[in-house]
Amino acid sequence: MSDQVIAIIFFIAIIALTLGITAWASRQNTGTDSHYVAGGQIKGWQNGLAISGDYLSAASFLGIAGAIALTGFSGFYLSIGFLVAYLVVLLLVAEPLRNMGKYTLADMLASRFNTSSVRSVAALSTIAISMFYMIAQLNGSGALIGLLLGFPYWLSVIVIGILMTVYIVIGGMVATTWIQIIKAVLLILGTVTLSILVLARYGFNPLALFAAVENDIGREALFPPAPTPGIEGLWLSLDVISLNIALVLGTAGLPHILIRFLTVPDAKTARSSIVVATWIIGLFYLLTPILGYGAALIVGQDEISNANAAGNLAAPQLAEVLGGPIFFAFISAVAFATIVAVVAGLVVAASSAFAHDFYTNVIRGGEATQEEQFRAARYAAIGISLAAILLALPAESFNVAFLVALAFAVAASANVPVILLTIFWKRFNTTGAVTGMLVGLISAVVLVMISPNVLTGPNPDPPATPIIPIDALFPLKSPALISVPLGFLGCYLGTIFGGRGAEREREQGLQVSYDEIRVRANTGFSNIEEEIKEAAPETEQRTS
Amino acid sequence: MERNDEWVRVERTSAFKELLRAKRAFIIPATIFFMIFYFGLPFLAAFTTVLNVKVLGPLTLAYIYAFAQFAMTWIIMHLYVSRANRWDDLVDRSRVEAAEDVGGAR
Repeated sequence: MSDQVIAIIFFIAIIALTLGITAWASRQNTGTDSHYVAGGQIKGWQNGLAISGDYLSAASFLGIAGAIALTGFSGFYLSIGFLVAYLVVLLLVAEPLRNMGKYTLADMLASRFNTSSVRSVAALSTIAISMFYMIAQLNGSGALIGLLLGFPYWLSVIVIGILMTVYIVIGGMVATTWIQIIKAVLLILGTVTLSILVLARYGFNPLALFAAVENDIGREALFPPAPTPGIEGLWLSLDVISLNIALVLGTAGLPHILIRFLTVPDAKTARSSIVVATWIIGLFYLLTPILGYGAALIVGQDEISNANAAGNLAAPQLAEVLGGPIFFAFISAVAFATIVAVVAGLVVAASSAFAHDFYTNVIRGGEATQEEQFRAARYAAIGISLAAILLALPAESFNVAFLVALAFAVAASANVPVILLTIFWKRFNTTGAVTGMLVGLISAVVLVMISPNVLTGPNPDPPATPIIPIDALFPLKSPALISVPLGFLGCYLGTIFGGRGAEREREQGLQVSYDEIRVRANTGFSNIEEEIKEAAPETEQRTS
Repeated sequence: MERNDEWVRVERTSAFKELLRAKRAFIIPATIFFMIFYFGLPFLAAFTTVLNVKVLGPLTLAYIYAFAQFAMTWIIMHLYVSRANRWDDLVDRSRVEAAEDVGGAR
């Protein structure tokens, strides 16, 4: 009980700190620009920390440590994929997005395609991805707080849901950014301390830790499972590939990460924020084997899987053994802050997609006043939060990792093909963009619905309560191997067979010329006449 | 159409052409390389057992390969950023060249 009191004190401290930031940020949250993208005035290092805070979710901190503790090397795929994904973001997506977008992902597509259908579908996929991700985080937090504080699941979900609504509605993107920065610092502090405590038991020699894993747990924990013969083995092998496709491409389609590049003033700052984020995220993931194997050795695999079948409580359990109740409470509070910050970022992404793309630009045809837009954004945040809470309440029995993997797969299939082709393909047209997004979104969701994640069969593996006791129709747990190519195919076929050619669309004003897109994506010029005038004041005087 | 002419004017500057050439020359090979390097690990892991040998004390080749992915990410990232920061000059030059083109054309 005293453990719980300490934990409650830490939780209240975190809540007080974040609410204080929100109150402070509310004075700056005066219009749509500050609400959606913090006025575009976030500094590079701040944004780098905030990207890390947005990205290192419950799945990263709780999920990967547990997966490595229970399954060994296979759990480390998540760390590698989540990190290498930033090369896709940095080299291909971040700068064009920064140069072409304003508040949302749909803005970037709309800077080329001038139809409400593209905007609506982009908003739909943003909301769908954010919802899956949010349900996963709420679900994880419900389980975590339930076990730590003894709250029932529904109460935990509602408490976090109300908190995130308050942050967004009052503090907007400024508050969200600072909550993410603080969370990133706390998470790094917690992870590094935990790793040092683990390594201290092995003479500060990581190799000694690996040697202990080999001796006490078995050498299978240090390499991926060998391929098994037969069709079942083939499916397992293909599932590994499929998961890795979703991991490496998914980040470049995650709306809550992409909108972070719109909070900085220019492409150079977008770049430097990725550098900061990639170092923090990489160093964090480099520590995950220490946490995971440390938990397996020091806490014990049986203890971990008894507390949570997926191993989600491995890191807090490790903290309790190594640092006693106070450190346990601290690490649990860090996990709580982690979830709250990620959920806040997701609500901003989803609610701006609804308010800015759907309400302002589709329903009101871009005619709404600043005040109306700001109000719509706040109502949308409340609506999105409520929807997420309602969807998370019956999802208690779902696996957190499955929901996050689904979000990554949907992002990789629905958003990434369209983003890349909008930037790089001259012939791309509106029909292709709409078909590509819908095909990617629907195929990813449907394939998951008929996969072993949902159609578990009567005897699920690993053992759990069957969700639907029918044998799976699609053999892979991760749909990306099929749904990502389908997303690209949808873009291609839609462009070739559907609608008018890109040239005709240009003549009719449905899309802007590719000359404009190419220059804009590569230079960040937006108001071309002024850019040119400003660059040459002398020639301007001569001609006028 | 007037507006489009301005974009085309930028596109035709030698600085912009140089910018695209420099970007392609780095981004395309770098992307092909990191994709092959990245998918090499899951492919070898899923279809072979070559990564399951110990190479450095208890460390398996799988872990060495995995840690190399971290190094690769950081190296390519810094190579890209140091180039991209130089490309910003080309962006400025293309703006100036386009403006001079306006002055000359009228």
